[in-house]
Amino acid sequence: MLDTVLQGLLLGGLYGLFALGLSLMFGVMRLTNVAHGDFIVLAAFSAIGLTAVLSWHPMLLGMVIVLPSFVFGYCVQRYLLNGTLGKDPLPSMVVTFGLSIVIQNGLLQLFTSDPRSLDAGDLALDGLALGGEVYVGQLPLLIFVIAMAATFGLQMLFKHSALGRSFRAVSDDREIAELMGLNARKINALATALACVLIAVAGVLHGMRTTVSPSDGPMLLLFAFEAVIVGGMGSFWGTFIGALILGMVQQIGFYFDPGWGIWFGHLVFLAVLVLRPQGLFPKTR
Amino acid sequence: MDNLLKTQSLEAFYGDAQALFGIDFELNKGELVAIIGANGAGKSTFLKSLTGLVKSKRDAIQWKGQGIGGLPPGDIVQLGLAMVPEGRRLFPSLTVEENLKMGTLAKRSGPWSLERLYKLFPILKEKRNAPGTSLSGGQQQMVAIGRALMSNPEVLLCDELSLGLAPIVIREIYNAMPAITAEGMTVVVVEQDVSLAKQVSQRLYCFQEGTVSLQGASDALSREQISLAYFGV
Repeated sequence: MLDTVLQGLLLGGLYGLFALGLSLMFGVMRLTNVAHGDFIVLAAFSAIGLTAVLSWHPMLLGMVIVLPSFVFGYCVQRYLLNGTLGKDPLPSMVVTFGLSIVIQNGLLQLFTSDPRSLDAGDLALDGLALGGEVYVGQLPLLIFVIAMAATFGLQMLFKHSALGRSFRAVSDDREIAELMGLNARKINALATALACVLIAVAGVLHGMRTTVSPSDGPMLLLFAFEAVIVGGMGSFWGTFIGALILGMVQQIGFYFDPGWGIWFGHLVFLAVLVLRPQGLFPKTR
Repeated sequence: MDNLLKTQSLEAFYGDAQALFGIDFELNKGELVAIIGANGAGKSTFLKSLTGLVKSKRDAIQWKGQGIGGLPPGDIVQLGLAMVPEGRRLFPSLTVEENLKMGTLAKRSGPWSLERLYKLFPILKEKRNAPGTSLSGGQQQMVAIGRALMSNPEVLLCDELSLGLAPIVIREIYNAMPAITAEGMTVVVVEQDVSLAKQVSQRLYCFQEGTVSLQGASDALSREQISLAYFGV
């Protein structure tokens, strides 16, 4: 059981990376990016496509892909999504839903529906013995550490930097933020750009850990969404802990029956929605 | 006198509804001008037009002879026009000091700095790490004023500083005015309290249903004149 919980926490680390980008975009712009999961899949497939041309290690690819992802996120927000923001959340959901369909079908056309993965070599195979009969994989552990570092970094950025202050100000009161001289459209674009950096890292690591296929997006979105709701919108640590809980519960479900894992996750999500709709760690920022 | 700001037949709309019907207004360097009027007379809309939050025709608002109507708010604050918005509108997730620092985004240099603000309102220094909206109404108003001052404006627009505050707190806020105007800051205050507006200002405009119904030197206007211009009866 200890092993199951541990593996669950490590899985939760990956979900944490999925969820941070979603939490960031929702937190700054109240924008629910329905294409979030497809962005993750797109990042994974971009890396897979690149390995066909370059024979780099996926970790290196992950670091390189971050820059175009930043630019991609900036442009998508600046030239597409900014126009959909307003009091009504529907336009942005419809447009990102459309993006989701476009990405899924584009990937299907290019890569067929076969599941693929990124070959991480020894990194994916080696493990560490923790004494007893408990082993942890090197890659899942690395993913966990990266997710934690990303959460820490994001929280620091929000709390202690001028950019973080601007994110919070635009989120609080866009009109007054603009009155003070902020360009909200640019701040929003930077938020999405940053979210896309996280998405790229998540996508590449996800592709190394398991397989991806073009239609996986909606499921990944659901995991990210569940992690954010379970954790509450208060802080990125809340999101991260929500993701850990989700990963752990899923793993426990898998332990009982391979078909129960994702279902267990949904049950916890629903339980939180009913019993504590504000999430476990609401507004503390 | 040195003209800073001038509007000529300024009109403003919220969708199809017209809120301002041709406002002519003048502001000279170093003045303290009050705008009074009933609810819905267009006072706040007027300030929002000046700061670019409500769009208007380019030449209807002249800043030192240049048309600025409808420019983005961020451009206007950089020219030196800052506003203390109605209801304070502090950023709830920012601390007092972070709220104040938002003013420095306009990147203007001048006499106002955090130290100087803390000297003017010592209580803010004490509470500088508290969330902006956890303070009392009067203290929040000080933050809102400070936030605008931190952009080192040439003109400070104050929208209903006294809104929702106790008389003694209003007095305290207005007592800070001389320190603010000492170095020649030009100030426009929108006030519901007529006698207070008369007392603090040199010139006075009265708005009624989106037009200027009365203007003149504050001490030259009689109570009857103002009453007529205010209520229109």
